[in-house]
Amino acid sequence: MKMIRPFSGRRMEKQLKLIIEALLFAAEKPLLVRDIQGALPDRDLAEIVETLEALRLEYETMDRSFSLKEVAQGYQIRTKPDYATYVLRMTKRSSARLSPAAMETLAIVAYKQPVIRQEIEHFRGVDTGGILRTLLEKNLIRIMGRKHLPGRPLIYGTTRKFLEVFDLNNLESLPKLKEIKEFGIGEVQATQTYENKTPAASTVQEEEIKTDHRIKESPS
Amino acid sequence: MDYSVKLEMFEGPLDLLIHLIHKNEVDIFDIPISTITEQYLEYLELMKSLEMSIAGDFLVMASTLIHIKSRMLLPGRNEGDEEEDPRLEITRPLLEYMQLKEMAKELSEREILGRDVFIRSDTTSFDEYPDMAPKPDATLFQLMDAFRRVVALGESKGSLTVSLEKWSVKDKVESIIALLREKSDIFFEEIFTGDQDLSELIVTFLALLELVHMGLIRVFQPSQQSRIHLTACFDENDPSVFREKDGKTA
Repeated sequence: MKMIRPFSGRRMEKQLKLIIEALLFAAEKPLLVRDIQGALPDRDLAEIVETLEALRLEYETMDRSFSLKEVAQGYQIRTKPDYATYVLRMTKRSSARLSPAAMETLAIVAYKQPVIRQEIEHFRGVDTGGILRTLLEKNLIRIMGRKHLPGRPLIYGTTRKFLEVFDLNNLESLPKLKEIKEFGIGEVQATQTYENKTPAASTVQEEEIKTDHRIKESPS
Repeated sequence: MDYSVKLEMFEGPLDLLIHLIHKNEVDIFDIPISTITEQYLEYLELMKSLEMSIAGDFLVMASTLIHIKSRMLLPGRNEGDEEEDPRLEITRPLLEYMQLKEMAKELSEREILGRDVFIRSDTTSFDEYPDMAPKPDATLFQLMDAFRRVVALGESKGSLTVSLEKWSVKDKVESIIALLREKSDIFFEEIFTGDQDLSELIVTFLALLELVHMGLIRVFQPSQQSRIHLTACFDENDPSVFREKDGKTA
């Protein structure tokens, strides 16, 4: 492995890996590389990032029920979706859900931010006050300030929590807006019958090869 | 003021249009405007007969549709190639909205925390900070009681004077935010320290209510006897909270 360096022995590297694993295990929030460095002041950032990558690969090759994910620019151990049913049954909690209207409003905030309520309602055409309140309470959106317009309307944007919940590293990693093609409606109908998710980056050839609907998303 | 329109497939006028375009299986780039307008108006009638309150936006859209329809009927429209298709007025927002709906669908198909994937001791899932959850919110009346106590304190100091309005709610909002940036949890009384007279106290109190209303802070009283706490509901490190986004145009 490339992380083995001439000046440090295999034991040292193993030790570093275990320390970082312990930190990941104990952390409540996605762990930033600089948080890890805070606990390991004599290690440089590159070394830590390398070790994180090694850990991620290790979990992957070990075929564990969890994986090391990069979310909100930090690192976090998360269970794989295949075990969701059992985890929910164990915790006796209902699965986190947003109503379609809330999901739509959240998407508008995510893609149009910084955005004011009037702009959101321009699309949705209905009062969104209640939904915005719910999203604020769930800490998925935040108030960024007020706009210099009559009535000084509030400006909304998404939060860090939003990135965490939706498995995003940053706002740039939001799925790219899709072009609605020539026969726009046809396309939307087609995607509704699609069972599998097709990552925006994947090429046509790849899609053709895919037969398994539950192909795991490779972490970016 | 409050209205709710909840039919099975759509919520706003654009949703209704999308529904109609789906139903008629027509091309969004070539909307048969008179058919769609007719059906749109039928839906409005139906909603009226069901005694659903129709949001103003539905009526605005109705008039837009009728306007487009009449422009389409004007003769000689095809000669001047410069003039754009009047239907673009609705095609553009429709496309953009459909795009956003598509993104909402895509987002909800991601590996969502608390639904598909889990972290250790995730007591929160969608909810925020666990330490804030069980504490009961202070009611407006509890806040008013606390405010009366603060005013009474001022009175006993004999410093109650009437002066011209020197304080603005906006300034006070900013100073409370500044306080909360230093410490994320403060006592109710702390925001009044330094306030000179009753008018200033009142302005500070109004600023507090404003912040609660905007959801920027949370006010709670751990028990009936204890003091009221204020906590920040914004990211304390985020300098953009309550700063104007200049340079950004509507």
